[in-house]
Amino acid sequence: MELRELDALRSGDEEAFMALVRRHQAAMIRVAQIYVSRRDVAEEVVQEAWLGAFRGLDRFEGRSSFKTWLFRIVTNLAKTRAVREGRTIPFSALRTPESVPEPAVEPERFRSWDDPRWPGHWASKPTEWPEHRLLESESLARIDEAIAALPDSQRAVITLRDVEGWSAEEVCNALELSETNQRVLLHRARSKVRGALERYFDE
Amino acid sequence: MSESTVEALSCQELVELVTAYLEGALSAEEHARFEQHLSGCGPCQVYVEQMRTTIRLAGRLTADAIPPEAEQELIETFRSWKRR
Repeated sequence: MELRELDALRSGDEEAFMALVRRHQAAMIRVAQIYVSRRDVAEEVVQEAWLGAFRGLDRFEGRSSFKTWLFRIVTNLAKTRAVREGRTIPFSALRTPESVPEPAVEPERFRSWDDPRWPGHWASKPTEWPEHRLLESESLARIDEAIAALPDSQRAVITLRDVEGWSAEEVCNALELSETNQRVLLHRARSKVRGALERYFDE
Repeated sequence: MSESTVEALSCQELVELVTAYLEGALSAEEHARFEQHLSGCGPCQVYVEQMRTTIRLAGRLTADAIPPEAEQELIETFRSWKRR
């Protein structure tokens, strides 16, 4: 965020504010939903976060990026709200991905480890996807569905990284994740979404 | 498929490293093993390409538009803050 935009916001420029809302609102709701789950509650949290951001604007010193600062407000409020509602989503689950291994591809699709010639190589190979179907709205709808079906933390990471186009560093900051855990969650999420597309094209 | 030697990566191992590979998070040695396997394995090339396609398509999903009521409410909040 530019200093100029920040000044506009401080002086009460509604256009500057709405531009900011359009840029960040959807992602703010998604991040809030990791903690509070319900969409309507997440929207309330985000409203509250904007208010918190206005109040804190004068104190914002630009030591972190404005985006990082804004999303910290969202996560803090969402956590408080989750605790108040007795929702026991373990925040540690976000930081430590499930220790149960989630293979990117079903193990049955590979030859066994004692295969004399090609241990661990493809038994059932992936086949190329039909180029002309990739951009059809139905394919995009399948991706949307697959992302929606992911566990909270995986959904948050893939949404911010791949849908919203954030950098790994920005996601780590907003969700308070280590680099490694961010990558593990992203990998699991992408692998599942790829799997969903593959099943769709194989139908 | 590449020669199955002790050091070579298997396909099953490769699919677990794709994100780290795309993120540039592999060590130089791992990166070399990854590419060595990939250069000789058609199905893994297809797989990595599918992961890239998945990422590209996810980037085309559009964010839900903000409902007008919510937008109005936000503007009201902003105005009341201005009057503080």
